[in-house]
This record gives sequence, C-alpha cells and structure tokens, in this order.
Amino acid sequence: MKLSLRIWRQPDADTPGKMVSYEIDDVSEDASFLEMLDVLNERLIAEGEDPVAFDHDCREGICGACSLMIDGQAHGPQAATTTCQLHMRKFKDGDQIDVEPWRAGAFPVIKDLVVDRTAFDRIIQAGGYISAPTGTAPDAHAVPVPKQDADAAFSAAACIGCGACVAACPNGSGMLFMGAKVAHLGLMPQGQPERHTRVLGMVAAHDEAGFGGCTNTGECAAACPKEIGLDVIGRLNRDFRKAAARAA
Amino acid sequence: MSTDFYREGEPIADTKAPAGPISERWEKRRFSGRLVNPANRRKLRVIVVGTGLAGASAAATLGELGYRVANYCFQDSARRAHSIAAQGGINAAKNYRNDGDSVHRLFYDTVKGGDFRSRESNVHRLAEVSTEIIDQCVAQGVPFAREYGGLLDNRSFGGAQVSRTFYARGQTGQQLLLGAYQALQRQVAAGTVDLHTRHEMLELVIADGKARGIVVRDLVTGEISTEIADAVVLATGGYGNVFFLSTNAKGCNVTASWRAHRKGAYFANPCYTQIHPTCIPQSGEHQSKLTLMSESLRNDGRVWVPKRRGDDRAPGDIPEAERDYYLERRYPAFGNLVPRDIASRAAKMVCDEGRGVGPGGLGVYLDFADAIKRLGKKAVEAKYGNLFDMYERITGENPYERPMRIYPAVHYTMGGLWVDYDLSSNIPGLFVTGEANFSDHGANRLGASALMQGLSDGYFVLPNTISDYLADGPFEPLGEDHEAVVAARKEVDDRIAFFLNNDGDRTVDSFHRELGKIMWEYCGMERTDEGLRKAIGLIRGLKDEFYRRVKVTGKAEELNQQLEKAGRVADFFELGELMCIDALHRTESCGGHFRAESQTEDGEAKRDDEHFSYVAAWEYGEDAPVLHKEALEFEYVKPTQRSYK
Ligand code: SF4
Ligand code: FES
Repeated sequence: MKLSLRIWRQPDADTPGKMVSYEIDDVSEDASFLEMLDVLNERLIAEGEDPVAFDHDCREGICGACSLMIDGQAHGPQAATTTCQLHMRKFKDGDQIDVEPWRAGAFPVIKDLVVDRTAFDRIIQAGGYISAPTGTAPDAHAVPVPKQDADAAFSAAACIGCGACVAACPNGSGMLFMGAKVAHLGLMPQGQPERHTRVLGMVAAHDEAGFGGCTNTGECAAACPKEIGLDVIGRLNRDFRKAAARAA
Repeated sequence: MSTDFYREGEPIADTKAPAGPISERWEKRRFSGRLVNPANRRKLRVIVVGTGLAGASAAATLGELGYRVANYCFQDSARRAHSIAAQGGINAAKNYRNDGDSVHRLFYDTVKGGDFRSRESNVHRLAEVSTEIIDQCVAQGVPFAREYGGLLDNRSFGGAQVSRTFYARGQTGQQLLLGAYQALQRQVAAGTVDLHTRHEMLELVIADGKARGIVVRDLVTGEISTEIADAVVLATGGYGNVFFLSTNAKGCNVTASWRAHRKGAYFANPCYTQIHPTCIPQSGEHQSKLTLMSESLRNDGRVWVPKRRGDDRAPGDIPEAERDYYLERRYPAFGNLVPRDIASRAAKMVCDEGRGVGPGGLGVYLDFADAIKRLGKKAVEAKYGNLFDMYERITGENPYERPMRIYPAVHYTMGGLWVDYDLSSNIPGLFVTGEANFSDHGANRLGASALMQGLSDGYFVLPNTISDYLADGPFEPLGEDHEAVVAARKEVDDRIAFFLNNDGDRTVDSFHRELGKIMWEYCGMERTDEGLRKAIGLIRGLKDEFYRRVKVTGKAEELNQQLEKAGRVADFFELGELMCIDALHRTESCGGHFRAESQTEDGEAKRDDEHFSYVAAWEYGEDAPVLHKEALEFEYVKPTQRSYK
C-alpha cells in the first residue's frame, strides 16, 4: 500500500519542531507500524537525510518503550495494542497518517518522536515498591493470597509504563499509571505495611514532576494498551484520602 | 589440535568451587569466602551494567548491603530490559505439588537437559537457590498465579515431568523484573545506587590487571565519560541478535561482553544458541524481529503437519488420518513437551521434507482444537488468552478457530563470558551474571530456567561471592589522566569518529540483515564442516565491506540511533566469526549445537564425550583466537545419550 505520512521532526529539546511530509509506497500490510518506519528510515539514510528517531525495544508489546501518537491517538487506532503491535493491515491504501511524540508537560521531547519519561521512575522511587531486602523473605506459602486478589493485583501490575495514559489525558495526568501500581501493591498482603506512606509519597512525586490532576475524562483508560481500568484511580483516591487523614 | 582458524592454549579450570559432597559446596564457599565489614562497604564502589533480572537484582542487593553502586542501562528506563519479555515461568524445587520434585531432581534435569555440557557445582547451586528466589519474589509482591486456596499454582514446563514452574499468566518475566526494578528504585531513593539510563557501555578499563571501570556514552547528548570502581559486573544479556532476526529486543547486543573479550576476558561456548520451537513465522522482508509464543502452549497444543508433502488445504479441511502429529509419534513418552532443541529440529526436518505450512512452507501447526473440546474455550482463554490475542494482532488469524502457525527462531544464547564458580571472569574484578555468562545451562537451556538463573546470580550468588574479591579493596584511585583510562577513551572516540567520517553508501541494518542470514543458514539449527567454513569466509568478506561502505548519518553529540547500531553490528561481525569457529571445532552434536556429521541413525544429536566433554573458552587473538579447554567432570549425573522417546 501507499501512504502519506506527516511526522514530527525536532532535532533536539531546545529547537522547535515541525511536521514534515513523506510519501511511502510498497508498504506490506503484514508489516508492523514500526517496521513501516524502518523502511522509511532506510530510505532516508540512503538519501543522506537524518532518519526519524523513535523509542522501541521489545517490539512485542511488553517493554513499554514504543510511544507514538498516531492520528492523535496514543498507540494508534487499535484498542489494547501498543504501537509496535499495531500492523499496517489496520490502515488503507492512500491513507494520510500523522505521527507525533507523546505530548505532556512531564514528558519533554528529546528528539523527533523520543520523549523523556524518567518522571515515571521518580514516582516509583517515591514508594512504588514493597521493602523486602534480599534474604529476609519467609517461605512463599507462609501467607496465602486469595486468588481473586492475586488476579486483580496481576491485572494492575500488567502496566508497561508506556505513558500513553498521560499522552491521552487532556491534563497530562499520570493517575492511571500511579493508580495501577498502588492497586497492585495494595491488593497484596505484603503491600499493607507501607500502603499509606506509599500513596502519599507517590502522589507528591507525581505532582512535583509536573503531571496534571485528574478530571475524570477517562481518556487514559481508553488509550491504555494493557486495559488498566479507571477503578485503579478510584482506589488511589480512596487510599490517598485515608492516608492523608491519618497523616493530618 | 590447531588449525588455520585458531590455536590451542593452556587448559583452564574453575578453582573456586570447593571439593566435597555437592550439596555442601555452596555452603562451604559462602563460609570460606572473605566478607567485607559493613562500615567498609560504603567505601567500595561497584559498577553493574544492565538492569534486567541479573543486573537489577544484583544492583539492588549490593545497594542494600551498603556498597556504592553505579548501575547503567541503554534503555530509557531500567524497567525495559529484555527480561521483561520472558513469558512462561520460573522453575523452583519447592515440591509444593508433592510430585517427587527436589533440589536433586532439578539439578539432575538441568544437567541432563544441558546435554552434559555444564558444571555440576554451578547447576547444583542454582537448584538450591531456586527456592529462595520464589520466597524473595513473593515478599516483593510479585503477583504469581494462585489456586483458589490462596497458595501458589505450578505447572509443568518444556521437558519437565514434575510441576515446578511458577508463573504469572504469560508475563512472568515482566512481573519478576518489575519486582527487581522496584527494589532497585528503592535503593536509588535511598542513595545507594546511582542509576544511569540511556547510557551505553562502550569500553572496559583495565588497570594493573584489574577491571576498574567502564567508558560510557550518554545516548542523549553523546557525551563520553568514564566511571571508575573497585569491581565491574556485566549483566548485559545474550547475543541472539547476531542473527538479526531473533526473539530478542531490538537493542540487545553483545558490545559490553565483546569489549571485555577483546580486553582479555574469555568467551565460552559461543556456538551454543537456543532455537526456540514456538515462534511466529516470518511474514516478509520487512520483518524486524520474531515473536515468541510461550512454550507453555505446548502443554495443551498439539503440533502437526500434513502427512502429504505440498498439501495446501486449509488446516480444517485436513482429516485426522492425514495429519502427522510428529512429536507424539516420534517421542511417545514426552510428546509435545520434548526439550526445545529437539522440538525445533523436528520442525525443521518436516519443513525440509516439504510438509511445512504457511508462507514459504516454513511453519508447523500448533493446534488447540482438542484442548478447547476437552477444557472448554473459557479455560483455554484463561490460560493463554493474552498469547492468543498477541498471535492474532501479528498474523491477523484467530487461533481459537484456526491452528497457530509456528516456526523455530533464535531465542537464547547459552554461551557467554567464561566465569568461575564465583561468577568472576578470568580478569580479576570483572564479574558476569545472567545470560551474559556461560555458566549453568550447558549446551541447551530448559524452559523456565533463564529467569531462575538471572535472579539466582543477582540476588544470591554474586552478592555473596563478590565480597571475597572486594575484601582486598578499596583499590588505588584512578584519575582521568591514568593511561588506561586515556587509552580506553581514545578507542571509543576513534571508533565513533570512524563511523561518522566513513564515506559509505549502505545502511547499518542492511549489513546486519545480511550477517544474520549467513548465521542462520550456516550456524543455525544445523551446522556442517563445509557450511561453517563457507560462513567464515562470507563473514570476513562482509565485514570488510561493512568498514568500507557503511553509512552513518548525523553527529556524535546528539541522540544518534544509527551510530549506536553501527558499533553493535561491528561487534556482531567479530562474534559471528568466533561462533562459527567454535561450531566448526566442536565436531560433535550436543544440545542446541547440531552437527549434521554427528547424529544417530534416527537423526538425533550424538555427543562425543571422549573428545568434547569440556567448556571451550576462547581468548581473543589479533590473528586467530586461542582455545582454552576446561574439562567437565560428572560425579553425580552420569552422561548418557539423552532420550525423550
Ligand atoms: S496505565 Fe496503561 S497507558 Fe498508562 S503507563 Fe501503564 S500501560 Fe501505559
Ligand atoms: S517496543 Fe516494547 S512495547 Fe512496543
């Protein structure tokens, strides 16, 4: 198939960027979206132009590196699918496609389609863990965990830290990402001792990193490739209120 | 024996594993190794390169112990290391199922599964430590699959007759890595670990015979800097991407290991690569990687091809009587659960016979129709739903209705830098953990054992063994003007300048793809003397062309993904040649290394214990590599021809 692409090009963080048009033909519908960009890049290099920079690694929907706004949708048109898992058969011959980086105050652009998501790591550093130094653990069967809690914790823990929720949110909020971690750890008995300090620490780090507040638009959950639901935000808010009340 | 391709040097030996009963060796080593007292740990600096299971767990644990750790990864976050993609599970000898499992059985299975090409001492330790890993991960909140009673669920996995595999749906690697990543971030917050993301190690610094630091490039600014420490740990993963197409993430590379190898670290058994039997077949020339379908699918899926060659009917139109369930037929005891190397080669064999399915005839069916009949669609969905969805996204076909098509792909590399029982390379102060070392899997790794080894090395082994070395530290400070530092930096600068100034006309990827094809054709599932010799010639020719014609755009002082790739591919060329030389010299078949000249009458791999019961540790040589042999002794598991019939 033949496509017209408009891609955000920005040489570095300090230089303003712009959309640049590229025509590309002979795209196989079995190619993934990133493989289509590979083909474009091979051509650009041959022509002596700078290829388009984008983040990617596993290309199987699990590492969370890939991060493209495709026609204004985080990870593109297919539900529950990362950019790297999106295949060209979802597009039609002759389509015009806009490709942009995540846009959010807390995720500054580094180059072209690559953004800086270290703010997510800082949120985890502020409490997104269970303190269990190596060697201190009791036998794994010492504490049974009800299956439904373990399953629910798993579903929340499936978050890949991609940041699509932030990119999709009109406020650039990181609540879905943060809620997923709070829910995962808070559903496990091992996570109870730090439940309150965790949520207070993470929310403070979230706000400090420049993420916006949540106004319940639900765009985050719609964009999430791992189908993390809005319920984790409800849980986060409840935990936060309780923790704040206790701390007050 | 020496040939044009290599020379033979002095034998080597592991001098660290204590003698005595195998079940006491780890305990003994922990006792004999010297300790560093807590107050001194603060004065000792350790570099850990890599943040996968083996790296993050080591960095976090060393930080908890009070060492000062500098941890590096090339990804934008430590959480993205490729361990994240492991699907199936992690083995542990818990015997929670009471089905006869034990440390000894896991040890036995692993030595046998590795086709008697691993060290007994190491494997036994791995089996011992396996149980602690599960405890540790549960304490971190890893949401393993559980039964209704709230206890942990287990399943049997790839070639095991007991259910010892712990799992978290099809995303076990992700959940274990997040556990390690969170422990690591906790140490970052505590100030014991300095974490540097988007940084790539490009050179090792050796001073006075000791590994003392690394040279890194900041992938955002291009800045080159040096980090000096008392010890360096490489946890940089495997080298499967030498094949270009593999299940590895795109960024996986051999550069850190190869730079250490060029500085004197031995590279062991490079030809031992694991070809995974259940991957989604290639769909076209644009293909950039191959996707694994967890082999847990083989627990319920049945593998078959049409009996008749060239049968191009849709799978549903082929009656039972005209299907060949070839694994069940050839290996009645293990059926669809035979080890990976056997399943892969069997698939190649039926495809070579012209009975393969799908584009190019390079595929076999993995059929769930019976499982859906027996268990119901719901149960199948609960077990494998995410894998089925992934398959459908990639192929556009629905595996609930039409059997999956699968084909083998490069997945894991058992070879790696040579280490002793302490996980120390032959360069003092250079330690290697996880897939980057060669130590525990012999010539073939069993399913659900990679996660076990990565975490065993990182949480439990290295933090205990490294203290014996660090007890002599802190070592002399090294300044930026030390000749070893200056020389290492210059090497890096020169390589970067070369690529950017080369007046070339071919892309890095085009070379990488071509190298991959050579490797897959001649050093893949089946290897021959003739093919390997040919491959060495082809690789040398292509490497020359690479240096003449490679074209890298852009500058050094910016995010430059072409420049990153160029350096990695340059190292893959040298590694690829060494892999072929290793494969050529090992004229036996064993595990993942199948030499067509060495097979039994019915086409199974035939080992040659008399001549090849050793680890091949290669030393870098400007003209030709030097082979050092480490003899393998088997006191507890007597080598037999593996049989899964
Ligand atoms: S919650 Fe979903 S969209 Fe947000 S980071 Fe996690 S996986 Fe990505
Ligand atoms: S590249 Fe890993 S999730 Fe897309």
